[in-house]
Amino acid sequence: MAKPVEQLERVIIRFAGDSGDGMQLTGGRFTSETALMGNDLSTLPDFPAEIRAPAGSLPGVSGFQIHFSDHDILTPGDAPNVLVAMNPAALRTNLNDLPPGGTLIVNTDAFTDRNLQKAGYTSNPLDDGTVDDYLVQRVPLTSLTQEALKGVGITSREAERSKNMFALGLMSWLYTRPTEGTLAYIAKKFAKRPEIAEANARAFRAGYAFGETSEGFATQYEVAPAEMPPGTYRNITGNQALGLGLVAASVQSKLPLFLSAYPITPASDVLHDLARHKSFGVRTFQAEDEIAAVGAALGASFGGSLGVCTSSGPGIALKQETIGLAVALELPLLILDIQRAGPSTGMPTKPEQADLLMVMFGRNAESPVPVIAASTPGGCFDAAIEATRIALKYRTPVFLLSDAYLANGSEPWLLPDVESLPDISVEFATQPPVEGAFMPYLRDPDTLARQWAIPGTPGLEHRIGGLEKEDVTGNVSYDPDNHDHMVRLRARKVAGIAADIPELAVDDPDGDAELLVLGWGGTYGPIQSAARRIRREGKKVAHAHLTHLNPFPRNTAAVLAHYPKVLIPEMNLGQLLKLVRAEFLVDAHGYNRVRGLPFRSDELAEAMKAML
Amino acid sequence: MSEHPGDKSTNGNGEQPLVQLTAKDFKSDQEVRWCPGCGDYAILAAVQSFMPELGIARERIVFVSGIGCAARFPYYMQTYGLHSIHGRAPAIATGLSTSRPDLSVWVVTGDGDALSIGGNHLIHVLRRNVNVKILLVNTQIYGLTKGQYSPTSPLGTKNKSTPMGSLDWPFNPVSIALGAEATFVARSIDTDKKHLTEVLRRAANHPGTAFVEIYQNCNVYNDGAFDAVKEQTENQIRLEHGQPVRFGAEGEKGVVLRSDGACELVDVATVGEEALLIHDEHQQEGSLAFALSRISHTPHGPTPIGIFRDVERPVYDQLMAEQLETAKAEGAGELAGLLNSGDTWQITKG
Ligand code: SF4
Repeated sequence: MAKPVEQLERVIIRFAGDSGDGMQLTGGRFTSETALMGNDLSTLPDFPAEIRAPAGSLPGVSGFQIHFSDHDILTPGDAPNVLVAMNPAALRTNLNDLPPGGTLIVNTDAFTDRNLQKAGYTSNPLDDGTVDDYLVQRVPLTSLTQEALKGVGITSREAERSKNMFALGLMSWLYTRPTEGTLAYIAKKFAKRPEIAEANARAFRAGYAFGETSEGFATQYEVAPAEMPPGTYRNITGNQALGLGLVAASVQSKLPLFLSAYPITPASDVLHDLARHKSFGVRTFQAEDEIAAVGAALGASFGGSLGVCTSSGPGIALKQETIGLAVALELPLLILDIQRAGPSTGMPTKPEQADLLMVMFGRNAESPVPVIAASTPGGCFDAAIEATRIALKYRTPVFLLSDAYLANGSEPWLLPDVESLPDISVEFATQPPVEGAFMPYLRDPDTLARQWAIPGTPGLEHRIGGLEKEDVTGNVSYDPDNHDHMVRLRARKVAGIAADIPELAVDDPDGDAELLVLGWGGTYGPIQSAARRIRREGKKVAHAHLTHLNPFPRNTAAVLAHYPKVLIPEMNLGQLLKLVRAEFLVDAHGYNRVRGLPFRSDELAEAMKAML
Repeated sequence: MSEHPGDKSTNGNGEQPLVQLTAKDFKSDQEVRWCPGCGDYAILAAVQSFMPELGIARERIVFVSGIGCAARFPYYMQTYGLHSIHGRAPAIATGLSTSRPDLSVWVVTGDGDALSIGGNHLIHVLRRNVNVKILLVNTQIYGLTKGQYSPTSPLGTKNKSTPMGSLDWPFNPVSIALGAEATFVARSIDTDKKHLTEVLRRAANHPGTAFVEIYQNCNVYNDGAFDAVKEQTENQIRLEHGQPVRFGAEGEKGVVLRSDGACELVDVATVGEEALLIHDEHQQEGSLAFALSRISHTPHGPTPIGIFRDVERPVYDQLMAEQLETAKAEGAGELAGLLNSGDTWQITKG
């Protein structure tokens, strides 16, 4: 007999388990099912940097949160409605986030004395009142899975490892998700090991059937598809979008892509993705170190490729000297900084926005570099094209900032119409000078970009280098006035890009808010969501979000001047805040948290209200 | 994506239609600014007069350098040139060469640039066998920064930063290159134009990375450092493929390979010519070349010059190009198709 179905507007589920429990896979599959349902969604994977922390330990807990809804949403959600805890350590590290009354689904089989002890519990939280405030679903996931897999011909250890598929099946039933996609995925992933494929598929179906028949689960839930602009969608993480954006930038600039990188979390996925796109003429180079990676990219740029390198903060620190060289050479170069928590090795899998001042100022001497920051996972695609456009047009290195949250978080992405992508191609110099030598530093009077002649072009042989150059000729020069001129010229060239980027848009529905909240990068979702929340309470707040951080959009001063109060939330100790105060003499206030987690919209809503 | 002007042509190993040029064509309009008497002048002259032999048009030749006296080299060559930062030339040249297999890419570096600050890039470009030609001019001193000991200075070198003598055991550049499994390793001398030109010729024709150490006199900070080999020609052990290794004014000395794998210097008259080691540039293992490189850890006695090793191994640039071809053969990339790959779904107007 079918169970009653209840309609929900939105749900936040957190899957939490040991690193070896396959929580990222479970979350990823649930996300795909949800995307195909047509819900809007946002995800937040949260995993330890250790590949395998000791099983059952607190540091070994891996989590995946998904927020899905029948309407437009912007964040993975502040607190889960449902927590799936695969073991005591997962319960202990996540229970505080589950509000009273929330649903808790636990794998009771994992609550053994030994696991309890590893999680630091002196008594079983399932029995001692710890979970009294929640709707607790006690499911012996491990034994049910092993039971379901009898006769498949695999070891009991292998059977036990399929318990995440049982959990996924149960959750798929509970939220009426389609199952075909996951079954097809299992068949493909384990094609070489049919018995493992069979085990996973069976566990998945058994979980689904358990929901249908178990008396514990009285109600099934449905979240209707969200209204979204028509078109073709796919679910995408920030890093995937960066990879696609770079290929698109190569196509739209008609330049071959040369991407070099040294493995580093959380940037390596971009290298992995690009390595699979050689049919687009993409060359990927895994360098011997971070410095070689940027050097090779710059060498490729000199040769007329689109030179790109991907890294994260510690790697960027190593690349800065070469980026300074690119400033002096005035060659295009794209540097992706997928920011993570620091200093030093910090927390490699956790997001932070604390590299802004490093990319602005972390090179020797006056060394201006344009900076762009992506705001959403899907937005990483556009940011890659925009950063490339600026690098090529102005012959300059460009920083593109993302962070570990955007990199691994996902959302539905409306595929762009390829025809509508901008043409960002540039012309190489090809004509030998009528008389005299080629002048590599002769400039376009509007953009101040120098001529770009690539090796292989007859008659344009020239030498460039890191020594100060005489303007126009590019010859080495120690002339005091020339140096002053060149320093200012490089600064003016970058500042002039302001005329060539969109104005800062302000979201201020009534136009009379007193408070402007100014954000940048990956905090877009939580800030916008907090603004909407307090507007529903009748409060007025404006939100502007910077994607161009150097130079700032040309109307930034006007926007700031328009609002009596300015709040700048950042996942650092106030880096944009410093820039804004210094540049615009505005008494802006910061809201700063560096917990290695994205902002929650409720904390931002409180911070905004406190300013009103 | 699109092809560069040169992508269709052949690589930089002299396969293009020959271009007729002279040494003068390779002189840029820049005033050469090394100290008078510096060994770099002789090396520059040798390179400029050798270049026409390649038959490669000037626009297809690129000189890349790092920092140091010799790093000024590109400014003086009427080719494309990039004077980069300390130690990084091999990395930059790797990006350039692999993305532009049509170019002939040369790196000019020094002992500090290549073996100290840039040591990591050097060993990796060698193991990859990228198609670049590396000229390491060894002065055993930091010249540009005014005379500190370098990674090739003999132990106990006394100068500004080491008034009581340096404590570091020096590198032997040829041994380093062989240890990094370079496919072409040679050594020559700044002022021996004939020998240097022959070595350059062989290096240029070698597919993959060619590593050439050139003993260079820094007459300002380390005058005469190589005189024991340069001036006392009887100390030059001139390596010739397939020939017994012998040296001395009359060829009266020779080299034998001991049972423990090390080379030993002997009197030919005592051991007999048959006992001498026969040089084999093509020995795959590289153990002979390595043993030869150990004869003189620093050049203060009999020292081999010439080609230590010349073997064939797949060239990185070509392997990368082949992967691209293989991928394209399965269908050239198409952007709309790429964006649409994976699980997609449609939303129609509701
Ligand atoms: S310091 Fe030495 S190596 Fe440098 S230019 Fe002068 S003589 Fe040549």
